[in-house]
Amino acid sequence: MSRLLSFFRASLISCMALGSVMVHAQQELRIGVSAEPSSIDPHYHNLGPNNSLARHVFEPLVGQDPSQQLIPGLAQSWQTLNETTWEFKLRNNARFANGRPVTVEDVIASFRRAPNVPRSPASFAQFLTGMTFEQGADNKTILVKTSSPAPLVPTNLSVIAIMSKDCAEKLSTEDFNAARCDGGSGPYRFTEFKPGDRTVLERNPNYDGARPSWDKVTVRYLTSGPARVAALLAGDVDVIDNIPPADIAKLRGNANFTIAETLSNRVIYLHMDQFRENSPFITAKGGSPIKNPLRELRVRQALSMAINRQAIVDRIMDKAAVPAEQVLAKNFFGTSQKLQPSKFDLKAAQGLLADAGYKNGFKLKIHGPAGRYTNDTQIIEAIAQMFTRLGLEVEIETMPPANFFSRASTGANGLPEFSMILAGWGAGTGETSGSLRSLMGTVDKAKGSGAANRGRFSNAKLDSTLDIALATVDDKKRASLLAEASEIAFNDLGIIPVHYQTNVWASRKGLAVEARADEYTLAHKIKRQ
Amino acid sequence: MLSYFFRRFGQAIFVILAMIVLVFFGVNVVGDPIWMLISPEMDQQAIAATAAALGLDKPIGEQFFFFIKGLFQGDLGRSFVHGEPAILLILGRMGATMELAIAALLMAIIIGLPLGMYAGLHPDRRASRTIMAGSILGFSLPTFWVGLMLIMIFSVMIGWLPASGRGPTDTVLGIQTSLLSLEGWRHIALPALNLALLKISLMIRLARSGTREAMSMDYVKFARAKGLKESVIIRVHILKNILIPIVTVLGLEFGSLVAFSVVTETIFSWPGMGKLLLEAIQRLDRPVIVAYVMVVVVLFVFINLIIDILYSVLDPRVRLTEAKA
Amino acid sequence: MSSSPGQSLSTAPTQGPVSARVETPFQRFAAAFLEDRVAVAGLALLAFIILSSLIAPWITPQNPYDLTRVDLLDSRMPPGSQTMEGFTAWLGTDGVGRDLYSGILYGLRISLVVGVVSGLIAATLGMSIGLISAYVGGKLDTFIMRLVDLQLSLPSILVALILVAALGKGVDKIIIALIVVQWAYYARTVRGTALVERNKEYVDAARALGLSKSRIIFRHILPNCLAPVIVVLTVQTAHAISLEATLSFLGVGLPQTEPSLGVLIANGFQYMLSDRYWISFFPGVALLLTIVAINLVGDRIRDVLNPRLEK
Repeated sequence: MSRLLSFFRASLISCMALGSVMVHAQQELRIGVSAEPSSIDPHYHNLGPNNSLARHVFEPLVGQDPSQQLIPGLAQSWQTLNETTWEFKLRNNARFANGRPVTVEDVIASFRRAPNVPRSPASFAQFLTGMTFEQGADNKTILVKTSSPAPLVPTNLSVIAIMSKDCAEKLSTEDFNAARCDGGSGPYRFTEFKPGDRTVLERNPNYDGARPSWDKVTVRYLTSGPARVAALLAGDVDVIDNIPPADIAKLRGNANFTIAETLSNRVIYLHMDQFRENSPFITAKGGSPIKNPLRELRVRQALSMAINRQAIVDRIMDKAAVPAEQVLAKNFFGTSQKLQPSKFDLKAAQGLLADAGYKNGFKLKIHGPAGRYTNDTQIIEAIAQMFTRLGLEVEIETMPPANFFSRASTGANGLPEFSMILAGWGAGTGETSGSLRSLMGTVDKAKGSGAANRGRFSNAKLDSTLDIALATVDDKKRASLLAEASEIAFNDLGIIPVHYQTNVWASRKGLAVEARADEYTLAHKIKRQ
Repeated sequence: MLSYFFRRFGQAIFVILAMIVLVFFGVNVVGDPIWMLISPEMDQQAIAATAAALGLDKPIGEQFFFFIKGLFQGDLGRSFVHGEPAILLILGRMGATMELAIAALLMAIIIGLPLGMYAGLHPDRRASRTIMAGSILGFSLPTFWVGLMLIMIFSVMIGWLPASGRGPTDTVLGIQTSLLSLEGWRHIALPALNLALLKISLMIRLARSGTREAMSMDYVKFARAKGLKESVIIRVHILKNILIPIVTVLGLEFGSLVAFSVVTETIFSWPGMGKLLLEAIQRLDRPVIVAYVMVVVVLFVFINLIIDILYSVLDPRVRLTEAKA
Repeated sequence: MSSSPGQSLSTAPTQGPVSARVETPFQRFAAAFLEDRVAVAGLALLAFIILSSLIAPWITPQNPYDLTRVDLLDSRMPPGSQTMEGFTAWLGTDGVGRDLYSGILYGLRISLVVGVVSGLIAATLGMSIGLISAYVGGKLDTFIMRLVDLQLSLPSILVALILVAALGKGVDKIIIALIVVQWAYYARTVRGTALVERNKEYVDAARALGLSKSRIIFRHILPNCLAPVIVVLTVQTAHAISLEATLSFLGVGLPQTEPSLGVLIANGFQYMLSDRYWISFFPGVALLLTIVAINLVGDRIRDVLNPRLEK
């Protein structure tokens, strides 16, 4: 028996030794990420994890920096020729992994493919609607024409991956998943895609930009937070993303690991039923029906003031969040510098509630998803505690995201089912116009506004200001118009913002991770210190 | 014999159909998959277009009709999320699950059999009592809780073994396996142990009672009287005799290992089909759930069939007809 | 039980030389049960667990579901801390400030209710089906037993997962799923016993007396099938509690806002690595003790009621 034990011990030690030798011999980076991509076809699914991975291999014309400001991508520069024409100039030395130079032909083929991928669960089509493309002065210049002034062309094109014409025209999503495309111009290329397990990338020898630190990158999918942290602590991976708030303090205190963090583009907020005379989950405390109090601004203000945002940030989010006052934090494009988070003031809130005629409070049920946003259930429980202290009688119900979003969007005969929900919103484009329009624009199918307006808030002034902003090409003017729109929306409390999440990465000591607002983990931006 | 096969086959089809109808309509009641797929920035028209492309805009009855029609053409549908044929997704993950289940089975035999035989040979020793108490504990410990504890102890506190994932794979005879490298064994050790725990307890109990029964048999007493060495008696007489029932039970238990791997795979991020099922349930990826049900039921019927046949070969008194009463 | 003719219990091992004292079968059973010290300890533990969950509102400092009593500022306090509400949290508090000791007792209630209710309904359903199957016989019997075989050939966790996927989350849905998973065990057990009983003299006698079918089934055969059912019931209850915890842990079981033990463990899982072990550890211990206690009792009951099955 003891001989057996010592054999095991010996082989274990040799395994470990072997493991560490392997790490040092190769320039390999092992990343553990929390969300799995559904495909490595960059045009298949507009989903964070897919885009994050695709950025290693396929470049868009316009890039985004860590705080989502636009920077040169495959295009080294761009400008407007007139109100409805944009001109992009490609980088001269850009080459695909197969060695061929990138030309306008490839770009146009990519734009043709992106909106038309069969069975795409979330298509890129809407980013390209209303645009036509043609070659400019040479095969490195492309013109984008629109029917009306479209300031968001560079922003929209920053989400579309460019690939070689061959890949765009000949390959299906399955071919991409089998790593058959050699037409990416980014710093890496895919070598293996194993759903549920890992994706392996290899340095693209023909990349014309700065040589990345790693020859090989393995991205592993570790969906459970503690498992991800355990993998980092055990040395199975070098970098992990999306650190569970509870573990941040401990990792920070451990000299063997480094934390990288930045404010995210995601806001956690409450959406309120503002379109029904009688809201289904609101009654008087005795249970008798009452008029929907959430349509009254003072009630919304009282609720917002009753939320102790700092307590949620400190006690539930472990400081991995910042109290919120609008859809995006102030360092993003189109935000208002004037707005401030509602101050926690229970007395004043109770006063406002009494002024509005609800001295005795009312009964309210809050709904939310369980497991969609960081600590979502706990946030709802905390908010319910706070509203209880305001004098309401609060019930909560959380459900799997699959049920929740379905019911919250169309649960009551095609209309939103709930009275108050907790949800989150990430602004993929890094500016406010899309968020304001989707969350608080008046619901209008033809115009495409209010798509995620699950409270049916409507404010004519907000709509018109947004319309003007979205037709203003001048960046400065547009930014101030959007700031104005934000003020209109949040002075009227179309939604009650709770906090902005912080994105947090942890790595073993000696690595510097670029913390990004868009939650992407980019291997070529992870450097040795 | 032949009619027996047909009946078994018919039953399998019945189960599969019942489960499919349940899953198909049930998932539809739980929620609309479209909300789990789209990116939140999409506007109403884009959402409607996506629903139309995936066939989710049609009434559920019609969707079911198209599914059944596809079934007759050998098409189980494509995953809403991944866009690939659901059956290929599942088969692609099956290898990892099988590898884990087989490793767990081996572990159950290697650990459980000697312990159980020891407890059977020396029922009154203190060590035997400890073993049996341990087996009760093994039956009672919830798998998921043990998994967490294993990670805590062996990965985080002591740091011996990796906390999650599967090791690098090699291809042998067209089958991908991670068991050819030390790194692979290091990765599989904890999840296999976690999955094996219940079966180790079962094994201990089976081996103990089998050993005790065999010890009381005349031929063992006779062998003892003849002065045969203890090790020979154990090897030749006892082991041989308890092996048949143990192999049968373990065969039956293999199915439950495959099913319980859902829990283990989730905790240890093991890229098998159980984890895929759980993700599909969470995302309402109906085609994958349906395909999983079909694959697993077929697998079970197959396993049971093999065991029945083995049994009838090993024990000629058993006939392959079903007893009426 | 005392009104039963006691046929199946007549083989209890304690029946030595006929004693002068008249013993009811239950007394004989109890005496045999109490011979095993470990089982008695298990029974005591089980009684303690059930009792404390029953009187939870009177022995806990906090109703963990009452939002007016829970304060976020109390969250994640280590065991033994003083809370804002003025009591000491001996087992610490969880992520939103619930007292864990209170949370565990209330969670235990949910776990036990789910286990026992689903067990009892499944037992009733399974027994009825099994009895009918045995007594009616013929095609119906064949059909039912096929169904039972099929059901038992599929692992419980798999069936439960599929059902929960189709039904959704919630206490009622979990109970339904657990009933579907369990009924077949009872049906098979009862049918087997009933078939043996059916051919015994007392049933022939009852038939000769011209008693109705249903009276024979329910008044004469059923009581004699109870012993094995009780064995199955204990084992299955432990199994059901464990299964519910597993499903809840996987995020497809009970909702998080009124947590069972499985949900408490799952909620605490995220704190395991940040030295706040208690949020997940204590509920886990409570779950483990409950299941061990039931299994110890169940093991002994089985040994006493059916010495031939002794393993």
